[in-house]
Amino acid sequence: MSTLTRPAVHRRSNTDRLRQGLANGKFTAVLILLPPALILFSLFVILPLADAAYYSAFSWNGYGTPTNFVGTQNYERLLDHSVFHTALWNTAKLILVSLIIQMPLALGLALLVYRKTPTNTLFRLVFFLPYILAEVAAGLIWSFVFDGDYGITAFMFQTLGQESVYVLADRQWAFPAIMTVIVWKYFGFHMMIYIAALQSVPKDLIEAAKLEGAKPRQVALFVQIPLIKHAIVVSGFFAIIGSLQIFDIIIPMTNGGPSNSTHTIVTYLYTFGLSRLNIGFGSAAAVVLFVLAIGIALFYQRATAKEERT
Amino acid sequence: MSSATFRNTLRVIVLILVASLVIGPLLASFFGGFKTNAELRTNPLWLPDAWNPQNYVAIFLDGNFWRYMGNSFFISSMTVLLTLVVGAAAAYVFSQIRFFGSRMIHSYLLLGLMFPFAAAILPLFIKVRDLGLLDTYWAVILPQTAFGLSLAILLFKAFFDQLPKELFEAAYVDGCSYLRFFWSFTLPLSTPILATVGVFVFVQSWNNFLLPLVVLNDRSIYTWPLGMMQFQGEYLTQWNMILAFVTLTITPAVIFFLAAQKYIVAGLTGGSVKG
Repeated sequence: MSTLTRPAVHRRSNTDRLRQGLANGKFTAVLILLPPALILFSLFVILPLADAAYYSAFSWNGYGTPTNFVGTQNYERLLDHSVFHTALWNTAKLILVSLIIQMPLALGLALLVYRKTPTNTLFRLVFFLPYILAEVAAGLIWSFVFDGDYGITAFMFQTLGQESVYVLADRQWAFPAIMTVIVWKYFGFHMMIYIAALQSVPKDLIEAAKLEGAKPRQVALFVQIPLIKHAIVVSGFFAIIGSLQIFDIIIPMTNGGPSNSTHTIVTYLYTFGLSRLNIGFGSAAAVVLFVLAIGIALFYQRATAKEERT
Repeated sequence: MSSATFRNTLRVIVLILVASLVIGPLLASFFGGFKTNAELRTNPLWLPDAWNPQNYVAIFLDGNFWRYMGNSFFISSMTVLLTLVVGAAAAYVFSQIRFFGSRMIHSYLLLGLMFPFAAAILPLFIKVRDLGLLDTYWAVILPQTAFGLSLAILLFKAFFDQLPKELFEAAYVDGCSYLRFFWSFTLPLSTPILATVGVFVFVQSWNNFLLPLVVLNDRSIYTWPLGMMQFQGEYLTQWNMILAFVTLTITPAVIFFLAAQKYIVAGLTGGSVKG
């Protein structure tokens, strides 16, 4: 008997829900409000990413439909290309500099200015300023700074009575110069994340440590930094994902040169994929970038989730 | 006591040193815009001999500068408008209406938080071209909106979830529909988060370089970063002109930042802490 009544109850509650939903325009609301986001996101985010994987199996200049199926040849060419090795290595260097130089610098400065005083607010604004400037503008300003004829470095060499160095045209110095600009541009962003976290550390914990006789450095090391671990983890994530995508700054500064020594993954895929209309080949580089980004993100999440639990 | 003052002096010295390294290049380019190229060679960093504004005036009188700025302004404004409307609408559904599959669709739309934009740039170029949108404003607006949606939806939903439920129940009893509730209650109550996301999206769009570079070829539709690179290509080593141009393009950004910094910082740290 009970098996007979059960579906009936179920059905009634469903029609009830339906009637109720219709009366308040629940379905109309879903049908009107949701599709724009779904369509835009699918069309311009998900589909292109899927397309990249598809195109990467063809030799294709972007016109007509891709027909010349080459299998994994694009990937093989990519892995054989010494410029791509340089691009990968440069990207790795950017990640390392972000984690090892930029983040500690940002943390140190955050500890110096996190308290809410007028002068601190001023310093914070100044440090954060480069972050909101367009990368291309920053790159152009710094290519003036490093210019061998007119720039500030040229002037410094001159004053010291040395021969001027064309920093951005020098294989040895061009990439370190770019890394300097990237630290300059982004440290303020990480600092802001730490400041937000430091301001939420309970004051009595810091007071208690001070009463116990802890020096400021000890308070920072043993109280504040452990308590903002989450913020550090988050900023590390942004540093890595951001480093993987560096493009805008390189174009005005070196455009990948001299002799292709300052490419990153993205300038590589732009230069060798789009500028030369090797859509299939460039897509293979895009797939590598995508896999690296997702892979590192997942690995990082796992590694830090364990770390944060302890 | 004296060790504390010593420490504080050291702290201020470090801060001033870092601040001058940060500001130095920006001031140098502002000053540089007033100099002649010959003066730049001997004095690239400090105040100009004479405050001669002719480089700035020349750029102001050049119609291209205003066209680039206008294009960027239109594209950024439309991106903001579209992201706010489309993102808030979707977030409202996820916050207020449960239906079969809604959680899955929600997770799907948040996937964009993990994806590197640059990985999609070549197929985006093909897609935009096949849709016949190359060299139109929409070629930049639509993909930018799509890539900004994930963060917008994340932030909007978190905000909508905190709005008082009693409000909706009261309106519901009075026969208010979901659509009307969204329009007359949710949106007006959400101005803080709309402002935060709006300012953040505006800055991102204003500074965007890669996407316009790929989908815009016609100079008349260039955004200012493209125009600036074009200008640099024309003036090559006339650094005084280039510095004047750069200074003029970053000045509105700096003013905007000073006016809206509260929202910019909130968008950043809010997005990072919740993401």
